[in-house]
Amino acid sequence: MWRYILKRVAHSVFVMWLVATTVFFGLRAIPGGPVRAMLGQEATPEAVAALRERLGLDQPLPVQYVDWMGDMLTLEFGRSIVSSERVGTIVAQAAPKTFSIAAIGVAIGLLVAIPAGVVGATRRNEPADYAATVGAFLGVSMPSFFVGILLAIVFGVWLDWLPIVGYTPLSEGVVPWFGSILLPAVAVGLPYAAGVTRMMRSALLETLDAAYMRTAVAKGVGGRVRLYKHAMQNALIPVVTVAGIQLALVLGGSVTVELVFSIQGLGRVLVNSILERNYPVTQVAILLVSGVFVFMNLLVDITYTAIDPRIRYGGENA
Amino acid sequence: MTDAGGGDGASPADGAADAATARPDGGTGSTDGAGFGIYEGEFGAGEVPPEYETESYVEEHRGIADRVIRTLLDDRLALAGGLVVVAFVVIAVFAPYVAPYGPEETFAFMKPPLTSSATGSGEAFHLLGTDSFGHDILTRVVYGARVSLLVALATVAVAFSIGTTIGIVAGFYGGWVDSVLMRYVDFQWAFPEIILGVGIIAVMGGLGVVNVVIAIGIAFIDDFARIIRGEVLSIREEEYVTAARAVGMGDARIMFKEMLPNAVAPLIVQATLMIPLAILAEASLSFLGLGVKPTTPTWGLLISGGRQFISQAPWISVMPGLAIMLVVLGFNTFGDGLRDAFDISQSEVE
Repeated sequence: MWRYILKRVAHSVFVMWLVATTVFFGLRAIPGGPVRAMLGQEATPEAVAALRERLGLDQPLPVQYVDWMGDMLTLEFGRSIVSSERVGTIVAQAAPKTFSIAAIGVAIGLLVAIPAGVVGATRRNEPADYAATVGAFLGVSMPSFFVGILLAIVFGVWLDWLPIVGYTPLSEGVVPWFGSILLPAVAVGLPYAAGVTRMMRSALLETLDAAYMRTAVAKGVGGRVRLYKHAMQNALIPVVTVAGIQLALVLGGSVTVELVFSIQGLGRVLVNSILERNYPVTQVAILLVSGVFVFMNLLVDITYTAIDPRIRYGGENA
Repeated sequence: MTDAGGGDGASPADGAADAATARPDGGTGSTDGAGFGIYEGEFGAGEVPPEYETESYVEEHRGIADRVIRTLLDDRLALAGGLVVVAFVVIAVFAPYVAPYGPEETFAFMKPPLTSSATGSGEAFHLLGTDSFGHDILTRVVYGARVSLLVALATVAVAFSIGTTIGIVAGFYGGWVDSVLMRYVDFQWAFPEIILGVGIIAVMGGLGVVNVVIAIGIAFIDDFARIIRGEVLSIREEEYVTAARAVGMGDARIMFKEMLPNAVAPLIVQATLMIPLAILAEASLSFLGLGVKPTTPTWGLLISGGRQFISQAPWISVMPGLAIMLVVLGFNTFGDGLRDAFDISQSEVE
C-alpha cells in the first residue's frame, strides 16, 4: 500500500513538472513573445530590450528555464505588471475564496448525489427514481454559471435571502462567510452532483444484481446490512473515480461562477490577468489551479486504498 | 459498468452514468446477434464476391443501420432529443428566415417577454423580450444558435481529427510511440478542460471563433485518442489487417482505410456526446469574455450581457441559458440513445 501511495506521489510530482514546463514554453511561444504582448505593438525597441533584460528573457533558454523553475520552487513569483503588487499576495488573497466555494460545493454535491443515487437504485422505476434521473439529466445539461444566475435571481433577487455580490472572509464570522459562498457553492455543486448521482445509481444497480448479493440473501443477511455493507462498498469504488474526475468540473465551474457573484477568486484573477496580458500573474494562477487539481487527484487515488481492499492488500497491480 | 470493480481506477468509462440504466423506460432494445461482421462488408474492398450475394447476407448487411435506426425510433427519449437537435440545427441554418428581426435591429430597452414595443411602422412583438441594448432576445438567441453550433461542430471536428490520429498511431505502433503519446494523453486527461482552454487562449492571445475552436478542440483530443487506441488494440491482430499487410499496403493506408472504418461506431457516439460539452465550454469561455469577439451574438455572451440586470430584467440572461440547456439536453439524450442503439458498452465510450 505504501508503495502504491509513493508511486502516486511520484507521478503527481512528474505531472506538475510537466505542467510547469508546458507553461514555461507556452508563454515563450506567444507570437512576438510576452514582452511584445505586454508593451503593445508601438513599444520602442529600447523599451522592449529593457523589459526583456528585467525579466531575464535575454538569457539563453536553458538558463531561463533553470532560473524560472528555481523561482517557482522558492515561491519567488515576481510582481504584477499592472499593479506591481506581489503576485504571491494577489494569489494568496484569491485562493481562499475559490477553495471555499469548491470545498462547500463538493460537500453539497456529495450530500445530494449519494442519497439521490441510492434512492434511484433501490426504488427503481418509482417516482423518486424518475425525479432523481430527470434532475440529474437537467444538472449535466446546465453550465454552472447559468445555475448560478438562476440561484441569484431566485434566492438573491426574488426572495432576498442571500447576498449575490462579493465574498465575506471567514474572519468576519462563519455565518456571513457561509452566506456569501452558499449560492456559488450550490452553483458549482449541482452540476457536479448530477454526474455523481448517475454514477452512484448505475454502480449500485450493478452491484445489487451481482451473484454475491444473492448469496447474501440466501445466507439471511438483513436488507440494511446487505445494502450498506455488501452493495455500497463495491458500488462506491467507481463513484469515487467519478467524484474525483469531476472535481475538474467544480474548479472549472468556479472560474465562471466567481464572475456571476463578483467574487475575486482565482478564476477572476486568472481570467483578468489573461485579458490584461499580465503574464507573471497568469503563470502562477495556472500553476496553482493545476497544482490543486493534481493534489486532489492524488487524494482520490489514496482514497482508493481505504475503500478498495485489492489495492490495500495487492499493492502493485491494483 | 463492466469494469466497476476493476483495478483500472481512472477508466474514462466511469465518467458518465450508464445510459441503459439511467433511462426510465429502459429502452435498450434488442441489439445482439445479427451482423457484427457487417463493417467489413460496408467499408471493405467494395465488391461483394458472388457467393455472398445471398438473401441472408443482404439482410445482415442492411442490419446495422437498420437496427440502429429502429432502436432509436423505439427509444422515445432519444427520439425527442434528436428532434430537439434537428430543430436547433434548422434554426441555426435558416436563422435569417426564422428570426423575427435583424440581429442588429434595436427596439425599446429591457421589454419583458410577451410584450410589444412601438416602432416607426407600428408595433414589434417580443416573444422573449428585449435586452439592455434593445435587441430582440429571440432574434439574438436564434443567431446565437448559429455561432454556438458551428463552434461546437468545428471543435469536435478538430478534436476528432487530432485525437483519432494520436490514438490510431499509438495503438498501431505500440511500444515507445504508444508510451509517449498516451503519457501525453493521460496528462491532458487529468486536467480540467476549461482551465486548459483558458490557458491555450492565454498563449494564443486575442479573441475570435478560430481561437475558441482551437482551444476547446485541443482540450478535447484526449477522449478521442483513448477510445480509438482501445479499438485499434482490439482489432490489430484481425485477419483483414494481416491480409492488408500481406498485400503490401502502407501503414497509413492500413490505419486510416482499414482500421479506422472498423472503429468508427464508438467514435460517432463519442462525437455526439462531445458536442454538448463543446457547447458548454464555448458558452463558458464567451461568458468569461475569453471567447468570440464581443460583437458576435453567442449564448454565453448574451447571458453575460444580462448579468448586471438580473434584478430588473432577469429574462436577458435566462432565455439564452434555457436555449443552452435545451440543446445540450437534446444532444445528451440523443447521444445516450445512440450509444444504446450501437450497443456500445460504457467502457468504450465515456
